[in-house]
Order: sequence, then C-alpha cells, then structure tokens
Amino acid sequence: MGRIQLKQVTKSFGDVQVIPPLDLTIEDGEFTVFVGPSGCGKSTLLRLIAGLEDISSGSIDIDGADATNVPPAKRGLAMVFQSYALYPHMTVRKNIAFPLRMAKLDQAEIDKRVNGAASVLNLTDYLDRRPGQLSGGQRQRVAIGRAIVREPAAFLFDEPLSNLDAALRVGMRLEISELHKRLATTMIYVTHDQVEAMTMADKIVVLHAGVIEQVGSPLELYQRPRNTFVAGFIGSPKMNLITGSEATKHDATTIGIRPEHIDISETDGTWKGTIGVSEHLGSDTFFHVLCDASSEPLTVRASGERDLKYGTEVYLTPRLENLHRFDQQGLRIE
Amino acid sequence: MATQHSRSAARLMMAPAVVLLLGWMLVPLTMTLYFSFKNYLPLRGGDLGWAGFDNYVRFVSSSAFWPAVQTTLVIVGGVLLITVVLGILLAMLLDQPMWGQGVVRILVIAPFFVMPTVSALVWKNMFMDPVNGLFAHLWRFFGAEPVSWLSDASLSSIIMIVSWQWLPFATLILLTAIQSLDSEQLEAAEMDGAPALARFTNIILPHLGRAITIVILIQTIFLLSIFAEIFVTTGGAFGTRTLTYLIFQRVLESQNVGLGSAGGVYAIILANIVAIFLMRIVGKNLDA
Repeated sequence: MGRIQLKQVTKSFGDVQVIPPLDLTIEDGEFTVFVGPSGCGKSTLLRLIAGLEDISSGSIDIDGADATNVPPAKRGLAMVFQSYALYPHMTVRKNIAFPLRMAKLDQAEIDKRVNGAASVLNLTDYLDRRPGQLSGGQRQRVAIGRAIVREPAAFLFDEPLSNLDAALRVGMRLEISELHKRLATTMIYVTHDQVEAMTMADKIVVLHAGVIEQVGSPLELYQRPRNTFVAGFIGSPKMNLITGSEATKHDATTIGIRPEHIDISETDGTWKGTIGVSEHLGSDTFFHVLCDASSEPLTVRASGERDLKYGTEVYLTPRLENLHRFDQQGLRIE
Repeated sequence: MATQHSRSAARLMMAPAVVLLLGWMLVPLTMTLYFSFKNYLPLRGGDLGWAGFDNYVRFVSSSAFWPAVQTTLVIVGGVLLITVVLGILLAMLLDQPMWGQGVVRILVIAPFFVMPTVSALVWKNMFMDPVNGLFAHLWRFFGAEPVSWLSDASLSSIIMIVSWQWLPFATLILLTAIQSLDSEQLEAAEMDGAPALARFTNIILPHLGRAITIVILIQTIFLLSIFAEIFVTTGGAFGTRTLTYLIFQRVLESQNVGLGSAGGVYAIILANIVAIFLMRIVGKNLDA
C-alpha cells in the first residue's frame, strides 16, 4: 500500500518560500514523475515526502495516516539518490542488507531477501565486490536493490539516471519501468528530463518555481497542455510557440503547434519560409525554418529522409485541428 | 617532457639539498654509533678507549631501562587514545553549522601553536600547582583536598598536558575528513532506518578510518621523542622517565656519553619497530 497525500504543504528556507501551498495526491501503485527545470523545487518536494526536510506548514498523509512528524525511517519509504549514496566500505551484499540489518531481521531472512533482490537485478555475481569496483549502471542497480529489500510502501527516486551515459540511461529506464510493473508499488520519480517523464510515468506532475503547473497522464499533457509553460516543456523537440499577428488571427495571444503537425511543401502552403539548419535522424528529419509568421525559427518534422538544402524556399501548413491556443495569461483556450 | 639533459640538470640542482639533509642526518647518527662503542666520560678522564658492547649491555641491564620503556609506551598510548577519541567528537561538533564557526575553529587549533615548554609551564604553574593552581582552587571550592598533580598523578598529568597540545592536530585532520563525507550517504542511512549511533559506527567511523591511521602514525613519531614537557614539569621524577629522558640523564647528568649513545641506538630501534608496525597497518588501510 502506498497512497501519499500532500495537503497545503509549504516549504521555506529562511525568508525564501520555495514551495507555496501545494496539494497533491499520489495513488497506490502509481508511477508518478515530478518534472521541471532545474531549481523548480521538485527535489525539495521529494525530500519533504521522504522526511529528510521538515515541511514549514501543511500535512503529509501516507496510507491515510498523518506522517508529517514521523521520522524518515518510520515512513516506510525507500529512496534512491542521485549519487547512489552507496556505503563505500561495505560489499554489495552488505550494502543491500544494511536496511534489513537495521530492522534487526534474522540472518536467514536477510540472506533470502538479498539473494532475491540480487537475482532480480542481475547482481548475483557482484555481491562480494565493493561499490568502487562496479560500473555506474551496476551501482545504480545496487542502490535500487537496497531500496527493494525493504519492501517499502513507496519508492522515491531522485534523478537516479542523470549520472549515467545516454545508452545506459535508456536501458535503466526500461529496467525501472519493468520493476514497477512487477512490484506494482507506488513510485515517485524526480527528473528534469521530459523524455524520462514521458516514457515512464503513469502520471506526470509538471513543476515550475514550486508551483504545480499541470498533473496528468503523459498523453494528456502532450495533447492538452494547460498553459504555455507545459506546452513548451513537454515534447521533444519543443512545441513551436507563435505570438503576434498570426496568433491574433486565431483569437489568441499565443498559438502553439508541434513540429509533427506542420506539413512542409516546396510548392504551396500557408506560411512561406526558408530552410535553416536541418537535423537528419534517419527515421525523421527536423528542419529549422525561418518564417515571417514567427520571430523564432519554427521546428518542422518530416517523416523519413527529406533532402532540402539550406536556404531553400518552402511553404508550411499547420494542421488546424492540432493547433493549441493560449490567452494573455498563457492559459489554454478550449 | 623530461629529456636526458633536463634530468641531469635537475639532479645537479637537487644535489645541495640532498647532501645537506643527508649530512644533517648521517653525521649525528654516525657519531652516536661511534660513541656508543666508546668509554667516554667527559668529566672523568675523557676518552678511555673502546668499550665493545659494554655500553649496550649496561644500558639494558640497568634497573631504569624497562620502566622507561613502559612509561614511554603508556604516555604514547594514553595520548593517542585521548586525542583520537576526543578528536572525533570535537570534529563532529565543529562540523555542525554554528554561529562564529571560523573563529571557533581557529581557537581550537591555537594550542598547537604554543611551544611545548611554554604550555607545560603554563599547565604546571597555572593549573596544577597544588597551592595556587586553578585546579587547587576548584578542589578547595568543593571542599576537597587539592591534588598535587605532578607528584601524585605525575604520569596522567603529563598525558593530559601532551594530549592538550596534540588534540588540535587530531581534530583538524579528522574535521577535514568528516567534511568530505557525502551527506547523501548519511541521509540514505537515515532512510534505511539507522539511528544516530548506528550511523556513526557504520558510516562515519569507517569513513574516518584512513584519517585516524594518519593521525596515529604522525603522532606516534612525534610522541616517542617528547622531552620538554617532562623536563620542565617533573624532571623525570615520579615515574615519568621515558626512554628519551633516560638517555638525556645518562649523557648530561651522569656525564656518560658512551652509555647514553647506546641508549640512543636502542631508541632508534624502538622507533623503527613501531614505524614498521604502523606502516603495515596504514598500508593496509590506504590500499582499500
């Protein structure tokens, strides 16, 4: 069980309020991702849930019981840190067994759980090594192993993949998703990488300056961003946001159109422009098109390989059914 | 990169320093060895010829030898124990964020800058004097009989004085070690359900292992040769005669240079035995 509810939670460091009153419910078994730019308070929020920081006001309920003043060890949550925080002088086995030893379980039970976690995480061959002798991905798995054996109510991940190289990150992303499917335990995952958020989450919480901008499933956020911040943050490459006369034509202050919702043609279309830099990925080609309609170059996706030279004149046609409109406050207009 | 030419130039330029340091070390060592085989009594006839191993046998068979070795080891061991234990506690205390941290840290280091002679005299006259000392006043305030520290508790008094001098050194090294501990490790241990004491023994203490061995190694080397603190307080009386002090007495008080030199050679051997032990322990600890 692991239903976590934050009620009017705030956090201040001295005079600076980093988290204004915030309400959030994380359902049991849900994979929730906190995503936002650096310094948006997502790690602080996670540390508040973990109990490593005291909240300034409000309350936190875990499984219906008030956990606001419960010390971190008693909250039944396990955390995986960005630096992994493995104990360097202990072997992998002792690292994983540490929380069980602290809980004073008997040795047979400890061995059983450690071996179980090690086989799940492919660590069996490394149990007698020290963290210093492991690769980054293996250390990450040890840190996860140390969290699993406690059988916690919820897992907390604090940017766990940011120290890994790109290839390993994709692999670990899958492993964590699979782990979640298998354990069906609540997981809260903090990242600044919206690709991680989109691929792993059941529910994404977009944070900006301590404020929740939007909560929803990845596709909800992608298809119906509540405001310009979410629109610009979710999706890669970013949504094109256009202000000025083009937006006024659609009765909005800002209009947004994703790169894949613009058709590119050499003969006719709505907007005229010239090709700037193009990025060839094989499966897709992204063109940066300088266009009168927008002060910023627009990003346009063409499926497969399209060979348009730098400086070529092209015409762009946005698909109107996929156009997002935002008002003066940056909020979505339905 | 270093060419043949620049290497020989480097050797040439280093030569004066090497020769000077080597001479500085070798001349006294050779003279000690030379005198230890001589019957040399400056005020009683001077050089009386070769003595063979007589001096070595006499030094060890003297009734003062084994007690001196024991005293030396007790002082070194006692000071090491006090400085390491209190050093760890002080380092953890100073690691806490507090007001006036910079000033406090400098004050903590201060005793290390006081000359051994001066600090021993300050302790002897200001604190430990049985009539006018601060301790005597404190004891009398509580209605107790003042302790005459340097005669009744002479060995502990000297351990106390020397510990006071070396505590800052231990604290400083251990503080820098504690500051290098990743705070996420402590938080992880806290999340793992480790109470404060378990966090100390499982995380902080192993992290400090290397720093502690360094403190022990360096302090032992210096503590084996403490002299000033004994000279100005008890003068070697009341069971505070260390090996160093015994050698001093043989050479200067008994005016027997040969016998003292033989003692000096024993001291070198003792220091080397300790050093080999420590090197092995430290070596093991530094490998990990």
